Amino acid sequence: MHNEHSDTHFQLRIDNGEHIEAKDYMPENYRKHLIRQMSQHAHSEVIGMQPEGNWITRAPSLRAKQILLAKIQDEGGHGLYLYSAVETLGVSRSELIEQLQSGKAKYSSIFNYPALNWADIGAIGWLVDGAAIVNQVSLQRTSYGPYSRGMVRICKEESFHQRQGYEIMAKMMAGTKDQQAMAQDAMNRWWWPSLMMFGPHDTNSPHSSDAVKWKIKRETNDELRQKFIDKTIPQAELIGLVVPDKNIKLNDNTGHYTISKINWDEFNRVISGHGPCNKQRINHHIKYHNEGEWVREAAIAFKKKHTKKELETV
Amino acid sequence: MSTDTQFDLWEVFIQSKSGLPYMHAGSVHASDNKMALQNARDIYTRRGEGTSIWVMPSKYIVASNPDDNDMLFDPANDKAYRHPTFYTMPEGAKNI
Amino acid sequence: MNIQEATHTYTLRLGDNALILGHRLSELCSKGPILEEDLALTNISLDMIGRAQALLKYAAETEMLGKTEDDLAYRRPENHYYNNLIIEQPNGDFAHIIARQLFVSVFEFLFYTELEKSKDTTLAAIASKTIKEIKYHMQHAADWTLRLGDGTVESHKRMQKAVNDLWMYTGEFFEMDNLDTFLLHQHIAVDTNSLKLEWHKYIKTALNDATLNVPEDSFMQTGSKKGIHTENLGHILSEMQYLQRAYPDAKW
Repeated sequence: MHNEHSDTHFQLRIDNGEHIEAKDYMPENYRKHLIRQMSQHAHSEVIGMQPEGNWITRAPSLRAKQILLAKIQDEGGHGLYLYSAVETLGVSRSELIEQLQSGKAKYSSIFNYPALNWADIGAIGWLVDGAAIVNQVSLQRTSYGPYSRGMVRICKEESFHQRQGYEIMAKMMAGTKDQQAMAQDAMNRWWWPSLMMFGPHDTNSPHSSDAVKWKIKRETNDELRQKFIDKTIPQAELIGLVVPDKNIKLNDNTGHYTISKINWDEFNRVISGHGPCNKQRINHHIKYHNEGEWVREAAIAFKKKHTKKELETV
Repeated sequence: MSTDTQFDLWEVFIQSKSGLPYMHAGSVHASDNKMALQNARDIYTRRGEGTSIWVMPSKYIVASNPDDNDMLFDPANDKAYRHPTFYTMPEGAKNI
Repeated sequence: MNIQEATHTYTLRLGDNALILGHRLSELCSKGPILEEDLALTNISLDMIGRAQALLKYAAETEMLGKTEDDLAYRRPENHYYNNLIIEQPNGDFAHIIARQLFVSVFEFLFYTELEKSKDTTLAAIASKTIKEIKYHMQHAADWTLRLGDGTVESHKRMQKAVNDLWMYTGEFFEMDNLDTFLLHQHIAVDTNSLKLEWHKYIKTALNDATLNVPEDSFMQTGSKKGIHTENLGHILSEMQYLQRAYPDAKW
């Protein structure tokens, strides 16, 4: 009789392209890897609300205000879908929040950069969400069922995010000299960090091989990074933005662009806590979480008092 | 902070149009019925995905055990007589 | 005063209420007491900014100076803004946010229900759409009023304080000036004075159910219909209008 509670059987299912669901047998490392990856993804969405949130009150038109608010709301929603998916593995959201706030859990390094002018909102939508989309489209086929379903939902919503950002950049590049300068300035600051979003080169990535074997990750960091570079450089050139890299070359045979070496010192510095906004992002999260404690306690107390009588619908 | 104040977990089911089945959309946190419904609406129907919502505390979902899959589901696989294609109809038979 | 001019100002008042409260709620993004509530509040904000856009567009049309809704939102100074004073109060704690929402939503529900009957078809249409949104805002505020009023000792204290702090701004809802009266006679405007009793009934029930007291009536703050505001509006506008003011020739 085939032992269905074995790593061998599990790997067979993975190789067959089957999805793993919450109550299925899974190796402990698979489960740990998923919790870490999904929760970091969730934390990134929530922290990501902050740099963009910095410009909501200064959005320069009613249309821009609504679009930006809707986008950030989506990010919060994505965080929610992902926290939901992690919770299927038996970790509570409270625990996850504690891990984020204590620094035990990481989030995408890109959100440790500041949003300094309105064009940053364009750059974040176009480059950061653009990079996220490349990663997320790939993750739709991830082996863990709840994660895969969450990603399908997220991908449906994500494409307007990138268009919103690119539209802002295009408008500014077609605008006044000041607007063009702002847009180029944002480009200069967000290009390299966006490339770093895909993580270290494949040769330097410690968790990569398991992730690929277990089909958690369907493509490697470098493969995804190349996809992003190839689609984004033409978009920049179309609206007159200069990519801040003197060594960009298009290989006509492969159709791929080559770029300068990435400054991994900066990446390591930021990811280890020394980016411009690391402390600010976490402090913000802790502050509002603590300020909200009395509200959450009130809701729980109210429910306890009224367990028998549910609120009537209007 | 020792108590979990992120509220209970609820599963959300959305019916996209009347007549169609309710599909599982994901989960939300909420402290009471009304909040669960409102949160489900705010999180899962922002793009007109639904015309009806069901929410249920996750702890009340009873799920089958994957270890029992063969016992629960295999026996149904060899009962072809439950399918219309199993039967041979006389040539020329109509409306059957 | 002619009907068109009066309608313009009337619509501007409504637009400003929606815009400034939408703006206040948008400040709460990433600051909610729990992630789900963050989304709930921003949803309400989006409803309001959308309503503001529709109303300010109509206000621009009736002004007939070729302006857009953005021109009205981003290029008017404080004393040409006509939102009620309660709308521009700072968010404060969650209790203040909910108390403000309760007072405003109940009033808006009653108001827009009447405005739906307006002879001005644009205003009537906007009212129709708005009522659906406001029902949700009202329910959200009423539910939270219950949870906070009848939750813990601390939440009860905070909620009562919020109710007490904001009470003096609730008189403005029901003011009728010459413009309102003129348009009322044209069957365009709403008789807000007639809504007072109903509003009080709703609020009394909502507060008492939440074990909260209705504050004693005292002097009601006023001035917004004349463009006289609290110190808050200046700060709101300097932030909101910054880019358009700093780069006056730019299009966004």
